[in-house]
Amino acid sequence: MSSAIKGLVAALAGGQAKVVDLTHTLDADFPVIILPPEFGQCARFRMEEVSAYDHRGPAWKWHNLTLNEHTGTHFDAPIHWISGKDVPGGAVDEIPPEAFVGPVVVIDCSDGALTDDDFELTPGIITAWEDLHGKIPADTWVLMRTDWSLRRGVDYLNMREDGPHSPGPTPAAITLLLERGIRGFGTETVGTDAGQGMHYDPPYPAHYLLHGAGKYGLQCLCNLDQLPPTGAMLIAPPLKIKGGTGSPLRVLALKPGDTE
Amino acid sequence: MTKPLPMPTKTDPQKRSTVPTLPPMKRSRSALGLGIAAARGQFALQHCEDCGAVQYPPRDACCKCLSVALHWRRTDTAAQVLAQTTIRVSPDPYFRARLPWRMGSVKLDAGPVAVCHLHGEVARGDAVRMALKLDKAGQGVMVALPLKGSETMQDDPMLRAMSCDPKHRRVLVTDARSPLARPLAEALLRAGATTVYMGEPESWLRWEGREALAAMENVALMQLDVTDTASVARLAAEIGGKVDILINTAQFIRPGGVLGADTVFARDGMETNVLGLMRLAQGFGPAMCARTADGINSAVAWVNILSVQALVPDTGFGGFAATQAAARSVSQTMRGEFSAAGLRVMNVYTGPVDDAWHQPLPPPKVSPRALARAVINGLVDGLEEVACGDIAVDALDRWQSNPGLLERETRGRQS
Repeated sequence: MSSAIKGLVAALAGGQAKVVDLTHTLDADFPVIILPPEFGQCARFRMEEVSAYDHRGPAWKWHNLTLNEHTGTHFDAPIHWISGKDVPGGAVDEIPPEAFVGPVVVIDCSDGALTDDDFELTPGIITAWEDLHGKIPADTWVLMRTDWSLRRGVDYLNMREDGPHSPGPTPAAITLLLERGIRGFGTETVGTDAGQGMHYDPPYPAHYLLHGAGKYGLQCLCNLDQLPPTGAMLIAPPLKIKGGTGSPLRVLALKPGDTE
Repeated sequence: MTKPLPMPTKTDPQKRSTVPTLPPMKRSRSALGLGIAAARGQFALQHCEDCGAVQYPPRDACCKCLSVALHWRRTDTAAQVLAQTTIRVSPDPYFRARLPWRMGSVKLDAGPVAVCHLHGEVARGDAVRMALKLDKAGQGVMVALPLKGSETMQDDPMLRAMSCDPKHRRVLVTDARSPLARPLAEALLRAGATTVYMGEPESWLRWEGREALAAMENVALMQLDVTDTASVARLAAEIGGKVDILINTAQFIRPGGVLGADTVFARDGMETNVLGLMRLAQGFGPAMCARTADGINSAVAWVNILSVQALVPDTGFGGFAATQAAARSVSQTMRGEFSAAGLRVMNVYTGPVDDAWHQPLPPPKVSPRALARAVINGLVDGLEEVACGDIAVDALDRWQSNPGLLERETRGRQS
C-alpha cells in the first residue's frame, strides 16, 4: 500500500479524518422536482417487495425499485441539459472515475437563505468568500450551503402559485465559477438552480452554463453544515448507467477530524 | 313511517364479530337478467316478441306461447299488493339473522303476479312501485316500494339490506386532490355519512383547496398515495377496520393515442389507475369483506370512478383508455373476490369531466358536482353499474346492447 493510502486509512481509523454523509434517505415521501403537468415528470422513489422470506422467496427479501435518474440526492451529468448534449463523454457511464473523487469547498449562504427564500448566490458573495479562504482552485467541487435540507414537507419545494421559491446561483455567479474552472456545483435544494431560476437569462443558469461547459451538478445534499469551507474531499460516484443523464447516489465527504 | 335508523353503537369487544352470510345465490341463466337490470337501477322483465306477454320469473321460453324470442325490456313499475306475510322462522342463515322479514305477492299492471320483498310502508291492497334490487348475494330481486315513501323510507331493514346507503357510515375517498373530492365529501355528509376520510397523496406539495377540506367537520385528511404500496398498507393498518365505503377517486389522465403517445405517461396511468386499484383492494378489501355484517355501519361498497372509455376508447386518449379498460377488468375480478362477503363493487362510468384535461372538448361535460350526485344516488339505490353524463349513459346503453356495433361506430373518434 502506498504511503498516501496508508496515511488515509490510518487517519480514518484514528479519527484524524472523518466521513460525512451528504445524502438524504431514498424515501417515497422525499420531494422531487415538479414541472407543469403536461410535461413528463420525475418518477417518485417507489419500492415494491419481490419477496420477504415467504412463499415468493423463502430465505430472502428484496425489492424492485422505481425511480428517475434525478430522484433524491443525485448527480447531474452534462448531457442532462440541452446545452451539454454534445459534450464528449457527457453521460454518467463515460465520465472518468477520477472526476468522482476530489476537493470540495463550501460557500455558506445559510444566513441569507434563512430570511430570503429566493436568496441568490452572487459573484460578490463568491469573491467575499475568496477574500477569506483564497481563490477557488481549479477542478474543485463548489457546494452552496443554505441549510435548506433541514426543511420538511411543503416547505422544501416551497411551491407557490408562481412556482417554487428556493435559493440558487445567479447567471453571473455561475459564470464566475466557470472562470475558476470548477469541477461541479452542488446544492441542498431540489435542483442546482434557484426555485425561480426559469426567470434568469439564460433560464436555469446553473444547468445551462455548467453542463454546457461539461461540468457536473449535485443536488438534494444535506449535512453541508458539517463541512469546513475548504480542506474536505468529496466522493460522489453516480451509477454507471449507459447513456445516463444522472443518477441517485451516496455522496460522502472526507473532512479533517477533531483530533487533527 | 319507517323507524329511523339509530346511530350505531360501539362494538362489544368480547363478542365474536358477526360472520357475513348471503341470501340464496343460485339462479338460472335466464334469471341472471334480473341482476343486469338491477345493477343499473332499471326495472326490466322478459317480453315475448311473438305474443307480447310479459313474464316473471324469467324462463327460457314464453309461459303463454312457448316462444323463445324473449327480450328484456324496461317495464311499467306499477303494481298492487295482493297478499302479504311476515316470515318469523327460516332455515336460511341469512334470513334467520334478519327476521321478521316481510314478503307478499303483487299483481303488476304489465301482467305477471310476482312474489317479492315488501317495504315496511306497503300493505295489502296498496298501489306500489316495483323495483329490481341487488341483494347481498348480488342477485336481482323484486321489491315493492311505496309510491311516495316517508322521509325515512331508506331506513327500512329490507331496503337497507338491498342498498349501500352512506347514512351512519364511514367513507374513504382515496384522493383528496381530485376535483371530485370536495363535492363528494359534501354530498356524503349530506347523505348522513359520519366520517369522510380523504386520502392525501404527496403531502410535500401545497395544493389548492386543502384548507377548505381540512376545515370541514367530520372530514379527516389522511396520507395516502395509491402508487405507493407502503403508503396504502400504512393507512389500511390505521383505519382499514373503519372503512364502510371506499370511493376510489385517484386517477391519472393524460391525452394522447397510442402512436406518438408517451409510454412514460401510460406507465404512470397504469400505476395509479390499475395497480393503484389493486393495491387498495389488497390493503382495504380483506377488512371490508370481514365487516359486511357488522351492524348498522357494516362495510357495504367499493366504488370505482371510471371513464366510460373503459368500454370503448377515444383515439385522442388511447393510453388513458387502456388504463380504464384494465381497471374495469380488475373491478370485475374484485367483484368475484368480494362476492362471498357480499361487498358491492360499484363502477361509475363518466363522460369527459369538466376539468383541466378536457379543456378543449365541447359540452356536454360532467361537472364534479353531478358526478358526486351520481355516486351518492348509486349507493343509495345499491347499484353496480352507473353512468354519469349523456355521453356515458349513451355509451353504456349501446355497449350493453351491442358492443361490436359500438366499436365500429366510434372507431377513430377523437376528442
